[in-house]
Amino acid sequence: MNIAKAGSLDTKTRSDCEVQIELKQSGGINIDLKSKVDVMFGKANRQLINDVLKHFEIENANITITDKGALPFVIAARIEAAIVQLLKTEKSYLLDVIEPNKTITKKDQFRFSRLYLPGNSPSMMLNAGVHNPNGVILDLEDAVAPDKKHEARYIVRNALRSVNFYGAERMVRINQGEKGLEDLEYIAAHNVNLILIPKCESAEEIRKIDKKIDELRKKHNFDYPIWYMPIIESAMGVEKAFEIATASKNVSSMAIGLEDFTADLGVRRTNEATESLYARTRIVNACKAARIQPIDSVFSDVSDMEGLAKNVQTSKSLGFEGMGCIHPRQIQVIMENFAPETVEIEKAQKIVRAFNEAKEKGLGVVSLGTKMIDAPVVKRAETTINLAIKLGLLEENWIKN
Amino acid sequence: MNLEKNILGRLVPTEINGEKAVPFQGVGKYKPEGRRYAHKITSNRDYPSDGNKQVASLKEALIKSGLKDGMTISSHHHFRNGDLIMNQVFDIAKELGVKGLRWFPSASFPCHEHLIQYLEDGTISHIEGSMNGALGRYTSEGKMSKMAVLRSHGGRYQAVQDGEVEIDIAIIGAGTADPFGNANGLYGDSASGLLGFALADSEYADKVIVVTDNMVPFPCVPWQIQGNNVDFTVKVDKVGEPEKIVSGTTQITKSPDRLLLAEMTAKFCDVTGLIKEGFSFQTGAGGTSLAVSDYFSKIMKEKNIKARFARGGSNKYLVRMLEEGQIDYILDGQTFDLDGVRSMAENPRHTWTSPFTSYNYHSKGNFADLVDIVILGATEVDVNFNANVVTHSDGYLLHGIGGWQNCLFSKTVILPIPLFRDRIPVIMDEVTTICGPGELIDVIVTERGIAINPLRKDLIEAVKGSGLPIKTIQELKDEAEAICGVPDKPVLGDKIVAAIKWVDGTVIDCVREVKK
Repeated sequence: MNIAKAGSLDTKTRSDCEVQIELKQSGGINIDLKSKVDVMFGKANRQLINDVLKHFEIENANITITDKGALPFVIAARIEAAIVQLLKTEKSYLLDVIEPNKTITKKDQFRFSRLYLPGNSPSMMLNAGVHNPNGVILDLEDAVAPDKKHEARYIVRNALRSVNFYGAERMVRINQGEKGLEDLEYIAAHNVNLILIPKCESAEEIRKIDKKIDELRKKHNFDYPIWYMPIIESAMGVEKAFEIATASKNVSSMAIGLEDFTADLGVRRTNEATESLYARTRIVNACKAARIQPIDSVFSDVSDMEGLAKNVQTSKSLGFEGMGCIHPRQIQVIMENFAPETVEIEKAQKIVRAFNEAKEKGLGVVSLGTKMIDAPVVKRAETTINLAIKLGLLEENWIKN
Repeated sequence: MNLEKNILGRLVPTEINGEKAVPFQGVGKYKPEGRRYAHKITSNRDYPSDGNKQVASLKEALIKSGLKDGMTISSHHHFRNGDLIMNQVFDIAKELGVKGLRWFPSASFPCHEHLIQYLEDGTISHIEGSMNGALGRYTSEGKMSKMAVLRSHGGRYQAVQDGEVEIDIAIIGAGTADPFGNANGLYGDSASGLLGFALADSEYADKVIVVTDNMVPFPCVPWQIQGNNVDFTVKVDKVGEPEKIVSGTTQITKSPDRLLLAEMTAKFCDVTGLIKEGFSFQTGAGGTSLAVSDYFSKIMKEKNIKARFARGGSNKYLVRMLEEGQIDYILDGQTFDLDGVRSMAENPRHTWTSPFTSYNYHSKGNFADLVDIVILGATEVDVNFNANVVTHSDGYLLHGIGGWQNCLFSKTVILPIPLFRDRIPVIMDEVTTICGPGELIDVIVTERGIAINPLRKDLIEAVKGSGLPIKTIQELKDEAEAICGVPDKPVLGDKIVAAIKWVDGTVIDCVREVKK
């Protein structure tokens, strides 16, 4: 085989391109570039194409590109995805990592909302960050068609380096099993913050990922943290939840996926979700016991904002600390409803004030009115306050005002 | 060709198709003297005493109007992409062997691609009006034999009033008319709401032809077009395709990015106190604009604020606000959907306007000045807030000006636009074509930040502490280029294919031929 393709366009596709490469024995490089932005970026694009080919030491090839305003990271990813089908190489064509994508994240940072983005659809990634989710999930699993999984890896890798997500945690959902471990080779060394592990059923799977990432750390010489969020999507997963949650110090949170879970139970998924109540509370309990964040399943009706709000309120009352989003408009609703209510914040302020006063006076016992306040109550109040500050609901120096 | 730099530093022609042209001198600087243009005096004895001016066909009306070489034929665009008349008019001109006509529409639409053949064979010499899609492409490639002229809706009225353009024959398609020539757009299969864009034509053209598919016995009321100005009336089977004239129902955008832009725009108007009791606004009918209206509505509901008036293009969202008492009046320039048409016909608080009342330069004041907030679009904006609405960054002329320039005179002009479209940055050092001077453009809202014109110190002050992402326009430009790269400029020829007029008739910029 000496012809390969990557990328696919339909009439609605924007910010993407389609590449076909034919390797030749002679004749040099022939570029046939059709681009809707040719006047503005034709020169830059031709230079990029030549650069990539040179990097892979290709000297004779016919390359045909149809471009609909793809950014350089997309064009480079598509060309590379085509090239690697034709020749064996250890090389990667990497664009510089932009400064905002060098940030690391904390194990316990807020993960209220995380926006799913199909890994092979770059156009949806470009503006994802401006909707202000806590995290973006570049999805290599269910949102990518089986025959596109390979090329999606290059898009996701390049996006991790080049797309500004404006402070959102950079997450990738890998595939199950062996394929997932292979996915790690494409993303672990490229500033990913968190890995979602789908259909997780055993601690062993987590340990395999730990091992793989350790190998990659040595190979590529990086040491930033990479957190894991296993997704529990089966009856077996629910039974093993605590084991999974404690399988590695890198497990920061654990999510439940209700579509697959209800299918596994052989029941219908309903809005009331009584069929998954046990599983959800079990997950919450396992997470709390392991001191990690329990994360709820996505709400699939993107037009029903009221239903979503109700769903988030239930979620919060069960102890969940976040939820996936499949549409940017869900983010705000999720954030608002996970956020502490005004009365909660006010109560927390009173508790923290009382605690501080008691400390100043050297009192061993804190009381508010006639009620004694225990240490965990103070801790919870502090968590609420921190959350409120972070969400802009409370000023940072509230205690002075 | 003689060129001169205008006050914005743009090189513009001082002569257009053999007529003298004045370069743009600054906002409100150019004030021509003299008296208004008027058509020849007519005598009612020359018209049928039974009031029946109906002739058998459009062809007969054109012949009786004295159609001949070099004339100026005008038309309105209330039928939008559903217009079935103008293509026929030029088919007839071709059949009669008439040459060198100037078409003077208030706007053209993709359905008029049919006319390219007549630009090719010389039946039509050139177009003075908006140039959309295929006609724009044709013009951009330098194929039109004379220079196109683009004017705003108000500028079109100005050009008719001060005699810059003398209309020989005005063609006025109407949803309903009577044989005397009274006409309106409120009723009939091809109801378009109103006919305001044809008002100047009806008053100033030498010959006026009203064409309808719904001829009613005299009197056709209300007469948005007065029969007293009309020479001939014609009944045809169909003047327009209703589903292309107004949409059954306009829809708010579902795009999360556009909704975000609309939400940011509304929030900006809220925190700066622009949304206040008795305020007024105009948002237009694009997907983003509709969403802005809807967010306005929510804010107004929460705060129990009422607007005194909103300017149309009306649509179901505006109509709902009117019917729920959130706005006292809709002053409408064109209706965009069936709810708009219905409301205009039955609600006295939904009133029709024309470019004369709203936009005209030679009137004694106009409504556009009185509007508090106006939401507009742009293809490009430069770092001095000068904006472009007619050309794309590849140099192609693809849009008309519409009421855009006129609306810039409103108190606060806000452009919600994406920072880049398919890799093409919207903010740049220099726009391809200046259609509006930056001094009139106050706020650029992009998904990545909001830039306020430094001239608007009041807004800069008012927005403080709001949490909105305020940036300088230079910062926005840099951010766009960091994402997209710095775009190359198109290679353009020397030939000027279109002149862009400012609202006062001066030349603010011109469009050059695109080299393929």
